[in-house]
Amino acid sequence: MSGGMLGRGVAITYLSLVVLIPLAAVAWASGEGGPGEFWSAVTTPEALSALRLTFGAALAVVAINAAMGTLIAWVLVRDSFRGRGLVNSIIDLPFALPTIVASLTLLVLYGPGSPVGIDVAYSPVAVVVALLFVTLPFVVRAVQPVLMELDTDMEEAAASLGAGRFTIFRRIILPNLAPAIFSGAGLSFARSIGEFGAVVLVTGNIPFETQVASVYIFGRIEGGDIPAAAAVSVVLLAFSLLALVGMNVLQGRWLRHEG
Amino acid sequence: MGITVRNVSKRFGEFVALDEVSLEIPNGSLTALLGPSGSGKSTLLRVIAGLEEPDAGEVVISGEDKTRTPPQRRGVGFVFQHYAAFKHMTVWENVAFGLEIRKRPKEQIRKRVGELLELVQLAGFAHRYPAQLSGGQRQRMALARALAIEPEVLLLDEPFGALDATVRKELRSWLRRLHEEMPVTTVLVTHDQEEAMEVANEIVVMNHARVEQVGTPEEIYESPASEFVMSFVGPVTRMRDALIRPHDVEILLDGDDSTVPAAVDGVLHLGFEVRVHLRLSGGEDLWAQIPRRTARELDLKPGDRVHVRASRSRTFA
Ligand SMILES: Nc1ncnc2c1ncn2[C@@H]1O[C@H](COP(=O)(O)OP(=O)(O)OP(=O)(O)O)[C@@H](O)[C@H]1O
Ligand SMILES: [Mg+2]
Repeated sequence: MSGGMLGRGVAITYLSLVVLIPLAAVAWASGEGGPGEFWSAVTTPEALSALRLTFGAALAVVAINAAMGTLIAWVLVRDSFRGRGLVNSIIDLPFALPTIVASLTLLVLYGPGSPVGIDVAYSPVAVVVALLFVTLPFVVRAVQPVLMELDTDMEEAAASLGAGRFTIFRRIILPNLAPAIFSGAGLSFARSIGEFGAVVLVTGNIPFETQVASVYIFGRIEGGDIPAAAAVSVVLLAFSLLALVGMNVLQGRWLRHEG
Repeated sequence: MGITVRNVSKRFGEFVALDEVSLEIPNGSLTALLGPSGSGKSTLLRVIAGLEEPDAGEVVISGEDKTRTPPQRRGVGFVFQHYAAFKHMTVWENVAFGLEIRKRPKEQIRKRVGELLELVQLAGFAHRYPAQLSGGQRQRMALARALAIEPEVLLLDEPFGALDATVRKELRSWLRRLHEEMPVTTVLVTHDQEEAMEVANEIVVMNHARVEQVGTPEEIYESPASEFVMSFVGPVTRMRDALIRPHDVEILLDGDDSTVPAAVDGVLHLGFEVRVHLRLSGGEDLWAQIPRRTARELDLKPGDRVHVRASRSRTFA
């Protein structure tokens, strides 16, 4: 057996133990009662409402992150200002902070009695704010290195050919950043639809109002309804996979014309 | 007409990159900016293109003061050393870019891009991406892209710098022919004196942020204005206080009152020519480059006593 094959064998076994087998178990648990039961478990009004809120919030988060993450990365790479290093290190804070701590912070900051006078707690807006907080680094950190590598020659060439600043951004810079933006956005989406800790405190988990899918799943498990929890989990799983696969396909297509 | 640069200065922080540079580039000429690394060639070219704003002085293109005009409206085609290809666009899209910005009719763009690709011999590569081209092809694409907007002046910053010697040579003569067919005022930056001599009909020698000399390749070579120019544009050796080209050193077996005695230190066969290292009676070293036939007649060996004479030499203050 060659070293390459040994390596591959170990990698696949490890991935199976850590990722594939648990996922298969969830899928299996969800299908125990047959397709009919699976379907009715994911289409109860409460489950549907939770799923709708989860995906709606995730899509909003993806859109905001794609725009703001790119902007932040731009400022960090292309601008020079005092405290840039500090801002740069703050970006990773949401990853370093336990999500429950984040949720608590958001509750204090944007909840009843907010020191800044903004009370969005226990509303769908709170879901989006919490998710924005925990997914902030994805797009920024995906775009930043690409932007650093992007040499300004291309932009200068476009300028000498007559392109204005906006055209240069749209036709030269954006297409070169797009794979990174999509990759960061895909990760934000996957993370958003599964997030639990950051949303659990600040949203209040009101069924039909602010209860997201992960909290709904948690509730079913607490109530002993494992098949229902597993069924909704599988829906989340499927969409996460779809986001990640779609991201890879898009990136593969882009990378084909890179040198 | 052409390009006039008047008293242009440019600093980067404390560092002076251009020091009161003045220059007249005639309409339709092919001029080389020649100088060592860091002498300010790229900076001057970028100032002409509007990619860098001078601290003082003016840039006049075709009779119009363009000092404050942004690069977008200078009508300048710029070719970068590292191609600056739009890597997410095909060859066709790269070349069409400037025309699309100018909102030319589709049909006109199609025709012009087709002609340009023909001109730079890339007609079969229209749908490739830059990453699928060789360096030489990429550079020709960059040239077609710059020519597409029918620039009044074409600026090339070491366009062949990243290419291997053979491709460089090919592209040089191709560029010369192209310029004869389409005499756009062209400025080519290079730090290779051979390239400058081969391509340009006028050479501007730069050193330390200043212009040292402007002239035809022959003038620059035959009557250099300074010691720097003389040693930069060709090999030199020193005989007493005078600078001399090694092929202007004559080696004689018998001396007279115009010669100086010397000893042969070593003989190197370079193929077509032979390099002879000599030591003068005063202990100074000098070298001569002589035709193979002369070398054979003299039959020099290390240790031989000979006499040397400078057929032409120059002394700079
Ligand atoms: N943006 C910049 N910031 C600071 N210094 C710069 C900048 N651009 C150029 N310089 C400095 O100005 C000097 C002249 O640079 P320039 O690029 O014009 O040289 P060059 O003659 O083109 O050299 P080369 O042959 O190496 O390309 C160099 O010492 C360089 O370090
Ligand atoms: Mg340069």
